[in-house]
Amino acid sequence: MEWQFFTEVLVGGLLSGVMYSLVAIGFVLIYKTSGVLNFAQGALLLFAALTFVSLAERGLPVWAAILLTLAAMTLIGALIERTVLRPLVNQPPITLFMATLGVSYVIEGAAQLLWGTQVHGLDLGIDDLPLEIGGVLISSFDLFAAAVAGAMVAALTLFFRYTRIGLGFRAVADDQLAALAVGLSLDRIWTAVWTAAGVVALVAGLLWGARLGVQFSLSLVVLKALPVLVLGGFDSIAGAIVGGLIVGAVEKLAEVYVGPFVGGGIEGWIAYVAALGFLLIRPSGLFGAKPVERV
Amino acid sequence: MSRPNTRPLSLKTLSLKTALLGAAALLPAAAQADEQYFPLQSYRVGPYAAGGTGFFGGFIDYLTLVNNRDGGVNGVKLTWDECETQYEVERGVECYKRQKNRPGVAAWNPLSVGIAYAMIDDVGRDKVPLITVNHGRTDSTDGRVFKYVFPLLLNPYSESSGIVNYIGAREGGLEKLKGKKIVVLYHGSPYGKETIPIYQLLAEKYGFSVEQVEVPHPGNEQQSQWLSIRRTKPDYVVLRGWGVMNPVALKTAQKVGFPADRIIGNVWSNSEEDVIPAGDAAKGYTAITTQASGADYPVLQEIAKTVYGAGKGNLDDKKRIGSVYHNLGIVNGILNVEAVRIAQDKFGKRTLTGDEVRWGFEHLRLDPKRVEALGAKGLFHSINVSVANHEGEGRVTFQQWDGAKWKVVSDWIAPDWALLRPIIEKSSLAYAAEHGIQVRDPAAEDASN
Repeated sequence: MEWQFFTEVLVGGLLSGVMYSLVAIGFVLIYKTSGVLNFAQGALLLFAALTFVSLAERGLPVWAAILLTLAAMTLIGALIERTVLRPLVNQPPITLFMATLGVSYVIEGAAQLLWGTQVHGLDLGIDDLPLEIGGVLISSFDLFAAAVAGAMVAALTLFFRYTRIGLGFRAVADDQLAALAVGLSLDRIWTAVWTAAGVVALVAGLLWGARLGVQFSLSLVVLKALPVLVLGGFDSIAGAIVGGLIVGAVEKLAEVYVGPFVGGGIEGWIAYVAALGFLLIRPSGLFGAKPVERV
Repeated sequence: MSRPNTRPLSLKTLSLKTALLGAAALLPAAAQADEQYFPLQSYRVGPYAAGGTGFFGGFIDYLTLVNNRDGGVNGVKLTWDECETQYEVERGVECYKRQKNRPGVAAWNPLSVGIAYAMIDDVGRDKVPLITVNHGRTDSTDGRVFKYVFPLLLNPYSESSGIVNYIGAREGGLEKLKGKKIVVLYHGSPYGKETIPIYQLLAEKYGFSVEQVEVPHPGNEQQSQWLSIRRTKPDYVVLRGWGVMNPVALKTAQKVGFPADRIIGNVWSNSEEDVIPAGDAAKGYTAITTQASGADYPVLQEIAKTVYGAGKGNLDDKKRIGSVYHNLGIVNGILNVEAVRIAQDKFGKRTLTGDEVRWGFEHLRLDPKRVEALGAKGLFHSINVSVANHEGEGRVTFQQWDGAKWKVVSDWIAPDWALLRPIIEKSSLAYAAEHGIQVRDPAAEDASN
């Protein structure tokens, strides 16, 4: 049935989009509080997944591997803040972006140096068998990933609204000078936000690692997150989710229904076409804050 | 046995020799005695490091074995050094420029389509063979045009033909392919697209229908392709993948309910790195190979004992001994070393020039008996290279993944070379015309040898 097939493609696309959102959220956290587009998010994701799986393969219980990986991500976040971003404070955004590009190469190299180049399988205990719902096949693993993404967004929302440090994040995001004036420590908040991005990288790394295997290609998933950010806005978690859903659906529908007429293989770039088109209409994305400057 | 020279040197002779020695020391390109050098454009970091460490590890392990066990090839020590490319073409070319100046270069083995393409003109100018085992340009099989390029054992067209022959055998004969439906899922790159015309040709010849579906690089999303495949309901899917595309294909196939035992992988979708990340989804998956995996072959056991036993093995993880890429590296080592040995029989037991080693490759004939003598019976079948045929009629076999290891499930199969040769020649002759290359006459060259 054609409508069933259409629904499968659409639902599959939406669920794939959630996976992109998981990566995009890491970008948003950093951008929101420091205005830095952190290109190293993919490398962090690779490092987190590789560290976890390497520790687990050495016989550590899962909880211990997760705790140690979180500790490693915290350390990396603090190191980046202390050695790269703090010395570059007040530099133009392009300088900070280039710095994160350099950081991504360092992290990728360090990950392979530390844990080797082998490809690892990662079994989270979630079967990736198709579930039939109303005649439509849906991946059980993708549903699980969507639930994890939903839980993470809920947790982040609560964190930002109801915790002292979360409110600090928001204050810094709104106005760094005002935040400083009321006694907030920018250094501490930036370290905390890089740690939070590391946690998001671990969650995304585990889910993507279970899907692709834990290997170098994990760092390339950032390429999937960029159009999501353009569409949803660089500073909105809700935007990352909605942007991911749109990108996932557009990619899959275009590949299936447009691809055959143009030789196929359009999935890789069609999301960027959509993002570019969107930029022309709404430069700050669907949910991004419009910059207002006094002139 | 030659007698040592015991005549006293006159002052004049001594001065002349001293002057000559001094001049030789100033010449950087002078070949060192009794060394044959293999420059390795390896990749041990970056996205393809898993394959690179296995292949170059196996190659180096075999060279080490020959040095340790035999003292080199007829007394000529084998040497090598590595230049890291990260599988990037510009780095590979940079390595070529740097490494080619060392004396005694035997052959180049970059294991990268992109780097190999970028080197074709250079190796012709420098007269050193370029080995592209199991990959490279299909038309470089025609040695009449591509004098210095050797896609040993298997070119992409032979691979496609071998896969179709295997599917035919599984169905009970090639005539049973009539009316079947095959989907080729290929990597969205020049490598992936190279076999599009040959699958069309094979479909016309055997009467099956073929649908070729592209997966954009790197291939970490394939939901839409596999949903389309499920709708097409093919009898088989041929996976012509690379890197992360392979485990994702197997996992997504499982997700849409397509059975793994109906997926046949090509030669760059046949390693442990392709199946382990896919977990249970890879059980029953079958892939083509030119060299069987496993460490039970005498040459592998000798490497384990002699090389790794002495702490000189190249792999960090001994569990990878006998893996697909490691064994490919070992087979590649055998082919390189035997080409040097054959060339030495003609030109002398000394450091050879690249052009002399090229001659060795063009006369590389290892029948099953010789392969057995090399301790590689069952590891690979045979090779029969000539001036006209730089691929060398390599046979293929198929291995099935049982969840823990590869298991050979077919005999050695010959591709349909007679069908493929005219297409190869058409392409190579067009290349010759375009580049002003004089096509060689194999009969005349054989007569002069």
